[in-house]
Amino acid sequence: MGLPIELTYLAASILFILGLKGLSHPETARRGMIFAEIGMFLAIVGTLLHREIVSYEWIIAGLIIGSLIGGAISIWVPMTAMPQRTALSHAFGALAASLVGVSEYYRHGAGELGTFKMTALSLEVLLGGITVTGSLMAFIKLQDWIRGTPITYRGQNVFNMSLLAITVGMFAYLIFDPSAHSLFYAMAGLAFVFGVLLVLPIGAADMPVVMSLMNSYAGLAAAATGFAISNNVLIIAGTLDGFSGFILSILMCRAMNRSITNVLFGAFGAETASGESASLGDMREVKADDIAVQLAYAGQVVFVPGYGMATAQAQHAVRELANILEARGVTVKYAIHPVAGRMPGHMNVLLAEANVPYSSLYDLEQINGEFPATDVAVVIGANDVVNPDARDNPKSAIAGMPILEVDKAHSVVVLKRGKGKGFAGIENPLFFKPNCGMLYGDAKASLIKLAGAVQNA
Amino acid sequence: MSTEVIIAGLYVFALAAFLGYQVISRVPPLLHTPLMSATNAISGISLVGSLVAAGAHYNTVSTLLGFMAVTASTINVVGGFMITDRMLRMFKRQPAAKKDSTEEQERG
Repeated sequence: MGLPIELTYLAASILFILGLKGLSHPETARRGMIFAEIGMFLAIVGTLLHREIVSYEWIIAGLIIGSLIGGAISIWVPMTAMPQRTALSHAFGALAASLVGVSEYYRHGAGELGTFKMTALSLEVLLGGITVTGSLMAFIKLQDWIRGTPITYRGQNVFNMSLLAITVGMFAYLIFDPSAHSLFYAMAGLAFVFGVLLVLPIGAADMPVVMSLMNSYAGLAAAATGFAISNNVLIIAGTLDGFSGFILSILMCRAMNRSITNVLFGAFGAETASGESASLGDMREVKADDIAVQLAYAGQVVFVPGYGMATAQAQHAVRELANILEARGVTVKYAIHPVAGRMPGHMNVLLAEANVPYSSLYDLEQINGEFPATDVAVVIGANDVVNPDARDNPKSAIAGMPILEVDKAHSVVVLKRGKGKGFAGIENPLFFKPNCGMLYGDAKASLIKLAGAVQNA
Repeated sequence: MSTEVIIAGLYVFALAAFLGYQVISRVPPLLHTPLMSATNAISGISLVGSLVAAGAHYNTVSTLLGFMAVTASTINVVGGFMITDRMLRMFKRQPAAKKDSTEEQERG
């Protein structure tokens, strides 16, 4: 490979890192992305000069089709569907990595492949395959094409683990004997099957972890591609992506006080967990007009959004209500739990879309100290992330999970579709506390009703 | 593949991992969704591997697989950058009045 090409790759690597560095603050983020885009452009133009490339028709066709599809998706996908889009993009990225891997293996035949290159190629196809079907399963669950609850059967973990062990065994054999063609393709096939089986038993509310993990695998598959074709910019970009996903997985697990093993193999939320607080009493249903009066004369109101806000597309209605309250001199803040929604940062993007300034969005640690000084906490379609049992009841299924301590506010209103339980399938004692009122119905409709009532208050 | 090339690759991997950890730990939870779409777009750099496979005429199978890979990674590159920008455009700072709370966010 020529020096000019290598130099464009070096430039691209530096620009990618500068781009990600820009993401440390919303003010510099867009500029950072422009750096990254320039880097990408340079690397692509540099590659097109590669002397092994002799014809361009397939390249041009692929670039045009890919741009049209990618552009169309990014323009028209609603912000509420961002988790689905991200799952799809993990699948596409991993698909590209696996295809390049298979293509390289097919081209070289066994003789030319050394131990190291074979390891990289196999790893690439293995991780790529798992990610393609795992992400597609996540997409299907997020899109509600199949039910979001864990799908389990007897001996599932044993079966999955055996399958993984067989696949890894094939991987090990291939390193010593790269000429075993059928074994290579069988391994690729099993990787695809394993991806489906891995995600089947994982519930929809655990998707933030799955997304982060798939993010990580897709990146590592790209890095393995870099090793297989001795390309440093691929190693760097893939590693950055892989580690980003890895860090996010850790943050998400920590936000639920669960281990990654528990998320992957625990089938959480499949059945009612034991260890509930006994005799919870009655939930108190409240009227929109009464809440409106409380809101109108409050000093500080904190909104706590959850996945229910996304499904009800209620982010704009929240903003409308907040505008009315702010005009009356009420301080309005938003409390965002790390695992609220279906992917990391999901709620932040939705509220930003509704024109909520990011300075009003608060993390768990920033806001928890403020609840005792909050007059009304409004919980919108969130449940487990505000369950005080996580803090108070060591026997609870979600014990130790950091929560938003809305129960410490003077008054709590929970906007909820019905009386059902949260994703974890456990009762939420918050709903039975004397300072908590329930406002049933579609979140968006309830918020619009509240906004109207506040204006008349 | 020579030992030097392998070792050099492992160095790049180790240093990129370390640097990635440092840079990405500083991204606030506020921007975790754009972070995911941005890293996804960046790892679409596997496009460069696909381009060679699609354009080098090694054999028909490699060309076809390469073509599919070019399409898939272009979807990620173009779509990823466009949607990241679409999201980042939405994040707006509060008008001057609430400057103190912005600083709080920065410290967090």
